Amino acid sequence: MPGSQPYQVTSCFDESTQNSLKSTLIEVRGVSKSFRIQQASFCVFEGLNLAIEEGSFVSIVGPSGCGKSTLLKVIAGLQRPTSGSVFFKGEPVTKPPANMIYLFQQYPKSVFPWRTVWQNVLFGIEDKKDLDRGEIQERGRKYLALVGLQGNETLYPSQLSGGMQQRLAIARALACEPEVVLMDEPFSAVDALTRMKLQQLLLEIWDRVNITVIFVTHDVEEAALLSRRVIALTRTPAIIDKDLRIDLPYPRNHLTTREDPRFGSYRRELLQSIFQAESM
Amino acid sequence: MREKWPGITLISILLAGWEVLVRSGMIDTPSLPPVSLIFIAWYQAVISGELIGHLLPSLQRIAIGYSLAIAVAVPLGLLMGSIKLVYSLFEPLTELIRPIPSAAYVPMAILFFGIGNEMKVFVIFLACIWPILLNTYGAVRGIDPVLVETGRTFGYSHAKVLRKVVFPSILPEIFTGMRVSLGIALIVVVVAEMIAGNNGIGYFILDRQRFFRVAAMIAGIFTLGIVGYALNWVFLRFEGYVLRWRQTSGS
Repeated sequence: MPGSQPYQVTSCFDESTQNSLKSTLIEVRGVSKSFRIQQASFCVFEGLNLAIEEGSFVSIVGPSGCGKSTLLKVIAGLQRPTSGSVFFKGEPVTKPPANMIYLFQQYPKSVFPWRTVWQNVLFGIEDKKDLDRGEIQERGRKYLALVGLQGNETLYPSQLSGGMQQRLAIARALACEPEVVLMDEPFSAVDALTRMKLQQLLLEIWDRVNITVIFVTHDVEEAALLSRRVIALTRTPAIIDKDLRIDLPYPRNHLTTREDPRFGSYRRELLQSIFQAESM
Repeated sequence: MREKWPGITLISILLAGWEVLVRSGMIDTPSLPPVSLIFIAWYQAVISGELIGHLLPSLQRIAIGYSLAIAVAVPLGLLMGSIKLVYSLFEPLTELIRPIPSAAYVPMAILFFGIGNEMKVFVIFLACIWPILLNTYGAVRGIDPVLVETGRTFGYSHAKVLRKVVFPSILPEIFTGMRVSLGIALIVVVVAEMIAGNNGIGYFILDRQRFFRVAAMIAGIFTLGIVGYALNWVFLRFEGYVLRWRQTSGS
């Protein structure tokens, strides 16, 4: 592996207006991924470099099929890169790290249908040796309340709406109090109104809980609304086309943030990137 | 209960028709006594404790052989489904042994275990393994990768994901295999008891036939119908309880 001085304090883009330099939590270094389809080798992305700081909210956008989700799975340790490495807190990722949770797009398959809401939310923490019974229960209550699912503990996922199932998946991830949450188009399968409510919820959670979020979406407005930084990928073999800092004030919400003229220009710039990639 | 009445009515008509045909002499053979005599023989066999005395050993053999089959087939199926080497090791053997009708093992099992309980338990065990094993490893191999990856992303090891995610998610398929095996267990215990031994419901039926106690023989066959029905009923209750999460959609 070329260059093994992974854990360093860097500023991946200009952070001068922020209060201080934050340390790099995740570093993607020279990561390539290709699949073999019959005899041919198909390259998804090649030589990607990316540094993500602690506490940030980074979205990855790009044309469909550009390998956004694959990149996220590689970061999560669910797939191995063909070459290059991902470093999490300076350690190379070889298997899914415990304090990095991946949230799937297909939440109806991801929440466990044989577990009640309460049993689902405890999934990641019920065997933790460093937590006693009371603490585990306390966490369950806290994060169910955070996503507004308190009072539904005894229901099974099949009795919940799509939006509630996704909130349950979020609560289950947060109950582990992870450092990083990786979200793969988490709101793409719910109706428009539910999606707006979930986006608002995510903004509030990120504001209240100290976590780093990497968010994959094809929706540039969603990316601009939620993120502090948006990375636009090109078509395959994907490289980074744009690395945008979203300088919109907090607290953000659907009404005021979308009316900000800067929101419009971010949206325009990101859409241009995607349209250009798709027309190539 | 209401939807059962037509079926119960049909059974009553068939039994009444049987009684009439035999009593009127339209069917005249010592091989088919009237239903009323069968019920009397049945009643006597129950009162004397004779029938229970033969039924209990059969049920006990089923319980042991069937439980052993579950205890072996489920873990082996989980391993075959999740570890490629274990699969390629056992799959050809499974395919070879599985099509052999279980009754064919009885003569060999007698050589090894004699004609007692061990032989019958062994034959039931061998016959019950396959449906459970096939359903288990088939379900593990076909599991949605999202479920497994969800377990993995919480930092759980492969072994823990197998226990906490894979096993509960394929329980419905395991139960399907178990239900098939329960039916097979009843068939096999009767066959084994008819071939060798001196007790059990299979022995009871064959013995009554040898001594031409036809009414008692048919009473034994009726008993098997009721036992099979009751076993299935208990099984469905248990399955419904364990898999209660499946019946709760759309509240």
